[in-house]
Amino acid sequence: MASIWEYANPKKFIQTTDRLLPWLSVLSAITLVIGLIWGFFFTPDDFRQGSTVKIIYLHVPAALMAINAWLMMLVASLIWIVRRHHVSALAARAAAPVGAVMTVIALATGAIWGQPMWGTWWAWDPRLTSFLILFLFYLGYMALWAAIENDDTAADLTSVLCLVGSVFALLSRYAVNFWNQGLHQGASLSLDKEKNVADVFYHPLLFCIAGFVLLFIALVFLRTQTEIRARRMRALLARERLG
Amino acid sequence: MRALLIRDIRLAVRAGGGFGLGLAFFLIVVVLVPFGVGPDSGLLARIAPGILWLGALLSCLLSLDRIFALDWEDGSLDLLATAPLPMEALVSVKALAHWLATGVPLVLASPLFALLLSLPPEGYLPLLVSLALGTPALSVIGTFGAALTVGLKRGGLLLSLLVLPLYVPTLIFGAEVARRGAEGLETAVPLAMLAGITFGAIALLPFASAAVLRVNLR
Repeated sequence: MASIWEYANPKKFIQTTDRLLPWLSVLSAITLVIGLIWGFFFTPDDFRQGSTVKIIYLHVPAALMAINAWLMMLVASLIWIVRRHHVSALAARAAAPVGAVMTVIALATGAIWGQPMWGTWWAWDPRLTSFLILFLFYLGYMALWAAIENDDTAADLTSVLCLVGSVFALLSRYAVNFWNQGLHQGASLSLDKEKNVADVFYHPLLFCIAGFVLLFIALVFLRTQTEIRARRMRALLARERLG
Repeated sequence: MRALLIRDIRLAVRAGGGFGLGLAFFLIVVVLVPFGVGPDSGLLARIAPGILWLGALLSCLLSLDRIFALDWEDGSLDLLATAPLPMEALVSVKALAHWLATGVPLVLASPLFALLLSLPPEGYLPLLVSLALGTPALSVIGTFGAALTVGLKRGGLLLSLLVLPLYVPTLIFGAEVARRGAEGLETAVPLAMLAGITFGAIALLPFASAAVLRVNLR
């Protein structure tokens, strides 16, 4: 039985992801197209929200991925700290901008939906606020990666920042809950069937979520490959200069 | 340890450093606020707890990069790192010195500044207590940020980007205590939360700061 740690070898990682990437991309495109077209054109308008309800097909998956991307970075940082696999550190680095963009998508679609529904683009609601804070954490994390020249130092520092940041992001989440009462509705999805959104909206939403997950994985693979190749190129150039 | 603490405080007080600067910055923030929002004392009284907390937080932030930067430049940080003192103790002492040099003066001066913002009389005690409890957390978290950015040439701006999101929970609970106090409400719950954050940060963050500092000194 092959160990999962074999994929920590950059060469093996690139080989495998090269084989997977076309499939992932195509699959993600198909599910996204199905989910979005189904969601946008073949679901009924909500009786109170009208057609604005359909922004859920972008908003919910993006918000989900914004949080999951940070979780993935947390796991990758832990793997880097414990086992010091470079691919893991680079994957964490690769995921950060994707997660940040997901956060922006969630915030922007939320604002566009909030304007007709709540009558305001922005409210200091706990969920909205904690997403904004999450976005700040992403910014800080990426800025730290960009600021440090030595790769290993940068990987070490950012992974510690990711761990500490996770704790404080969680703390902020609950602090913000305490600080202001919410305007945002409860979770759209839950394991408890009663609380779920209605089935007509639920099925296309599942497709969209699957599409976003696949898209995220594909982007992270691609960006990690880019990071590995960029690092190889730098190594080659350095060797050449030494002659 | 005591020698290091005394040395750090002396440096802060004598070397034209954070000590007076932080207080002056706090004063300026407090003076500028009425220019921004107007001199209506009712409005000022309402926002005073928040402004005072923000001012304290910002002036804390101002002196963070001095925690390690000077010692890093003249090489004494390397000496300290090779001393028998464990790194965790070193960063704890540094945080304590920062708190004594900036946090304590801020706490002591806050009633005076509260007067300028016409804080209601029943708000003074909660404000003092919340600042006294909250500023150690600001120093400890800030020390972590300073340790992260110690090797960087232009770390100052990055430092604020890294540290400010980490300050969110402390600010929320601290300002909440001060606000509720000023409105004559119960303050026990946010106060307990604030204390939890402070003591949690004091207990755990020095390990993270020490780990980060070791990486930076490698």
